[in-house]
Amino acid sequence: MPGLVSIYDLTRRDMEEIFEDTEKRLNAQPRKELSGKIVSLAFFEPSTRTYLSFETAAKKLGAEVIGFTGEEAISVAKGESLADTVRMLENYSDIIVMRHRFDGAAKFASRVTSKPVINAGDGKHEHPTQTLIDLFTVRRNFGYIDNLTFGLLGDLKYARVVNSLLRGLKAFKPKLVYLISPEPLAARREILEELNYPYKEVREPHDVIGEVDVLYVTRIQKERFVDEQEYERVKESYKVDLRLVEQMKKDAIILHALPRVQEIDRRVDKDKRAKYFEQASYGVPIRMSVLVKYGVERA
Amino acid sequence: MSSATLTVSKIRNGTVIDHIPAGRSLAVLKVLGITGYEGLRIAILMNVESKKLGRKDIVKIEDKVVDEREASIISLIAPEATINIVRDFNVVEKRNLRLPETIKGLLKCPNPLCVTNNDPEALSEFVKVSEKPLRLRCVYCDTYLNEADVLRQVVGQ
Repeated sequence: MPGLVSIYDLTRRDMEEIFEDTEKRLNAQPRKELSGKIVSLAFFEPSTRTYLSFETAAKKLGAEVIGFTGEEAISVAKGESLADTVRMLENYSDIIVMRHRFDGAAKFASRVTSKPVINAGDGKHEHPTQTLIDLFTVRRNFGYIDNLTFGLLGDLKYARVVNSLLRGLKAFKPKLVYLISPEPLAARREILEELNYPYKEVREPHDVIGEVDVLYVTRIQKERFVDEQEYERVKESYKVDLRLVEQMKKDAIILHALPRVQEIDRRVDKDKRAKYFEQASYGVPIRMSVLVKYGVERA
Repeated sequence: MSSATLTVSKIRNGTVIDHIPAGRSLAVLKVLGITGYEGLRIAILMNVESKKLGRKDIVKIEDKVVDEREASIISLIAPEATINIVRDFNVVEKRNLRLPETIKGLLKCPNPLCVTNNDPEALSEFVKVSEKPLRLRCVYCDTYLNEADVLRQVVGQ
């Protein structure tokens, strides 16, 4: 059964409904909308932030949570195929939230099970709930998403959040999207060819930073590099520091899906344009809204 | 066609695959699983003149009817080929090849971290992006396959 495997599974209207629903949740006492349901969190790849935010979201909605993450996953699977593990989870739960290191794993799982699958990150491919968090943060800060200039900075090749964000923006009308990265970390051609809005690839953030409304910074995805030497060559190739931030518009915002390593100078945290902690705070309410959408409406 | 008729007689029953890109007839036989030891009478014409292609290959196979699945594999490496089914020296069916919209199980995704390369049940699946030039997209990880990749995979070239 299709769940939320790619951001393409949601139309603009779907996304706006999720944003409006999330908005209502921000200051409201959670209701037990998923009471009696079991949410399984199948994190075949280690994660703290996403795992805990899904777990918190499910518990606030009154659902039971079963799951595993990281090393435990190896023991759960014991060499078992992904399909068989998914079939087991299908028997135990109403919704399967899955993270996996293989590209396309969530889509494959969704074809194996009749239960909705929520993709919590598949390899370097997609991470749709993060995109909902990103776009919701933009919407909260500007009041809208259309007609803004975005600057996506960093590892645009291996960061799944970039693929989902670029795809998610197709439902809106960005004025321009700058893709700022060293050449070896440029965005995938396959994704760029799909885009229906203007974009420009640039190498230097200083060249365009003054035009950007939303600066979206990504971590270099060390774990996705096949070649370690390639990683060594690019690992410190960009950094958001006070000098760069000074050139930004006064009302621009800086986002980052976190965790960060060294790509944002900690002194930037105090700048009022730094919105990544606010962005992280929307993880739980957005995921509550997603769980309700797939756990109640489609049950 | 003059050079073809000069050297090869008509077949009574079987399949004539025409308009194969020059030099690819052996690859076509390979994807059909024909090694030469099956005992089938086969004529291979290579690099003969063609109005449409300049030069082309032709394969005539006696007593074998190429089926739909085989035809779709041929379409990957010889998209403009035509298949004529012959009975009693007459063409009884003329098939233009059409690249299928989806190709399942046949090709391998070039992305080593695609789920289809890592789970025994995850069968590869590609959708057609364009025919000319040939481009296919993995439905799981969105990686593209181009004509050179397909040729390499199908015929090991």
